[in-house]
Amino acid sequence: MIVLTPLREFQFPVMAECINPSVFQGKSTDEIVALSVWEGNKQKKLGDLFKVEEDKAESPNITINGDTSEVRRIGMGMKDGEIAINGNAGMHLGAKMTGGKITVHGDVGGWAGAEMKGGLIEIHGNTGDYLASPYRGSTEGMHNGKIIVHGNIGSDAAVFMHGGTIKIYGGAGQFLGFRMRNGTIYVEKDAGTRVGACMTGGKIVVAGFLEEVLPTFTIDSVKPKVKVEENESISGPFYVFLGDLAENGNGKLFVSEANNPHLSRYEKYL
Amino acid sequence: MELLIKNGYVYDPINGVDGEKMDIAIRNGKIVKSVRGRRAKKIDASGMTVMPGGVDIHCHIAGSEVNTGRMLRPEDHAKDFERKTVLTRSGVGYSVPSTFTTGYRYSRMGYTTLMNPSMPPLEAKHTHEELNDTPMLDKASYPLLGDWWFVLEFLQKGDLEECARYVAWMMDTTKGYAIKIVNPGGLEAWGNDFYVHSIDDQVPGFCITPREIIRGLCKVNKMLNLPHTIHLHTNNLGVPGNYVTTLETMKCVEDLATDDKPVMHVTHCQFSGFKGDSWTTMESGAEEIANYVNHHNHLTLDMGQVIFTDTTTMTADGPFQYTLHELSGHKWVNHDVETETSAGIVPFHYRRKNYVNATQWSIGLELALLINDPWKIFMTTDHPNGGPFTAYPKIIAWLISKKARMATLKRTHPKAQKRSLLPSIERELSLYEIAIVTRAGQAKALGLKDKGHLGIGADADVAIYNVNPEIDLSRKYKTVRRAFTNAAYTIKDGKVVVKDGEIVRYVDGRTMWLDVKTAEPVKVNDEIKRKFKEYWTVEYENYPVTDNYLKVSNPITVKASV
Repeated sequence: MIVLTPLREFQFPVMAECINPSVFQGKSTDEIVALSVWEGNKQKKLGDLFKVEEDKAESPNITINGDTSEVRRIGMGMKDGEIAINGNAGMHLGAKMTGGKITVHGDVGGWAGAEMKGGLIEIHGNTGDYLASPYRGSTEGMHNGKIIVHGNIGSDAAVFMHGGTIKIYGGAGQFLGFRMRNGTIYVEKDAGTRVGACMTGGKIVVAGFLEEVLPTFTIDSVKPKVKVEENESISGPFYVFLGDLAENGNGKLFVSEANNPHLSRYEKYL
Repeated sequence: MELLIKNGYVYDPINGVDGEKMDIAIRNGKIVKSVRGRRAKKIDASGMTVMPGGVDIHCHIAGSEVNTGRMLRPEDHAKDFERKTVLTRSGVGYSVPSTFTTGYRYSRMGYTTLMNPSMPPLEAKHTHEELNDTPMLDKASYPLLGDWWFVLEFLQKGDLEECARYVAWMMDTTKGYAIKIVNPGGLEAWGNDFYVHSIDDQVPGFCITPREIIRGLCKVNKMLNLPHTIHLHTNNLGVPGNYVTTLETMKCVEDLATDDKPVMHVTHCQFSGFKGDSWTTMESGAEEIANYVNHHNHLTLDMGQVIFTDTTTMTADGPFQYTLHELSGHKWVNHDVETETSAGIVPFHYRRKNYVNATQWSIGLELALLINDPWKIFMTTDHPNGGPFTAYPKIIAWLISKKARMATLKRTHPKAQKRSLLPSIERELSLYEIAIVTRAGQAKALGLKDKGHLGIGADADVAIYNVNPEIDLSRKYKTVRRAFTNAAYTIKDGKVVVKDGEIVRYVDGRTMWLDVKTAEPVKVNDEIKRKFKEYWTVEYENYPVTDNYLKVSNPITVKASV
């Protein structure tokens, strides 16, 4: 396994898509040191920015110790293997990944897991905006895989989600699950407004406080519990809303009854 | 500057040269009989194929519509970009490439002349600005005139001569090259919430039918002696069962043809050749269309071949794009160009495993193979509607080799495979026929006298491909595909601009336009200016594209008979 330690604090963004187990695979330390990265508009070697050491342990394949909040594209497009980051990580972490695992013991920037197709990302801090969302213009969001965030997430997460699971043990910003078609999102704490706008399928569970449900959602029932994953159910009770009717959608929005007394006005429509 | 291309296998269908080993001499940007100077640069083309530079009769490469398509699709650019080099600028693809990249990519494939087929007159300035920035190529644009109120009004009155004068004025005003008609009457009708379903439906607001518009403009085209015929995008495009409308459209100008010359070009015919009455029963109408075209000489066609890829559809046919948006649920741009036309843009992914898409793919190839005379049907993808132009080498491989098309057919939707006519077609085009469908035929249909051939006096636009015609092209179709993807040499106006698929020299192409001389020009009177005030958002004074707007202007003078 390879241990990377930043040699200094980075002033400019560093583009390091080479920090990827399948790129490191079969390379000696010297070859890894020579991999090219961009720091601002200057092309550099990985060894110029990081101390690269080899460790005997098998797993994880790559460990980063230190603050890499300016280092972008770590694990972008990774297929297998494991990356552990002890510190913060920058934008585009694990974007377009198809397999493998990334664990971060710190905060992560925006676009983490963007256009993700498989694998697992576990973040023990907060994340920025656009978690698991597609890049500008694209309608291909997260297709599969799993993301677990133990902190809060920014806005516009899981846009155009097609599948997979996202579990957030903190709160979420606005427009969570915008235009989602399939998959499951679970938010343990509060969610911002316009949850599930334009969704046409899939499931969003808000166990905390939700200020309002969009008027294009209709109440369906009250359920005592909801399944989030295989073998994992969250007990409620939950109001179940269907929508987004503006898009002829059939998505399900579960909102905790206990934490949202103001939504009791919907009960008369049941 | 002299240049001598030695020992290549030359394919020059206009002059009847079929794979003869000969030398081509070039001096000062023209093909000449011989060069004497010992200093003439020599290109050894032995074992290679030499053809005139490619001509594309229909590709959307510039204008407000294309640019809106670029803005609509950042995700399209993210997956395909080019870095700058010493000679070339950076740019992006994929289906709606930036202007410079369009020029470079066409040039790398050996193309030298392009026709941008839909220019709303109001957006002519924008179109020419982009054409100025499309290097390496000669180009021209067709103004959209089929739904222009002035045309409709004059045709309704039956005043063909005045209509002709206005069309001539429009060619000069917009610096256009041919009359483009898109869904005649249908766009105007759609603006009023009606659809035109056949060529005999009445256009609301005007006492006229699509048939009268097509026939009227066809007559106008003849009166003005324009080099190209009318360039028609049929009514009912992309609707199952529309091959009937297409045949009706073809028949309606039959009597206007004299001395076997074409009077109409039906563009991207694949989209107009659907049989059946719904998407589930949709089938190929290629056989019927091919049968008709084989027995008549008054029209030319182009394929509009579909490629299985993610592309951006854009056309002036607003109603069709709306239908496509409803079908696919994809993002959509709609635009109403005042009194002239409309436009729509929708991204679309043609999939192998989709029955309709697979059938469309089959229709394009069936048309190209079932129409016996290659001078009547040309190779296009209607870039970017059927697919990006960079897929041309793929189509060449499908046309040249049954093995290649069967390999693709095998991977398509099973029902589409079963219904496709392709397994029963043995025809494989020769390189001579490929030269016709990709350059000679198109240049002839466009009336470009100095393009598409290598006769003495022609423009020295030459493409050299690294493929030896003596190999079994049908079996080695991958070699053919590779060769046509990256030309060994592209020569533009006697200068080597591409070598082995790399740009080695930057040149600006010319913008061709028609300077139509009518006996009596249009009188720009207060009436017209009043109409401009009433109908348009721009003043009359700001409307015309002046000559100094074009970077390299190349007017072609035409003497009209009115």
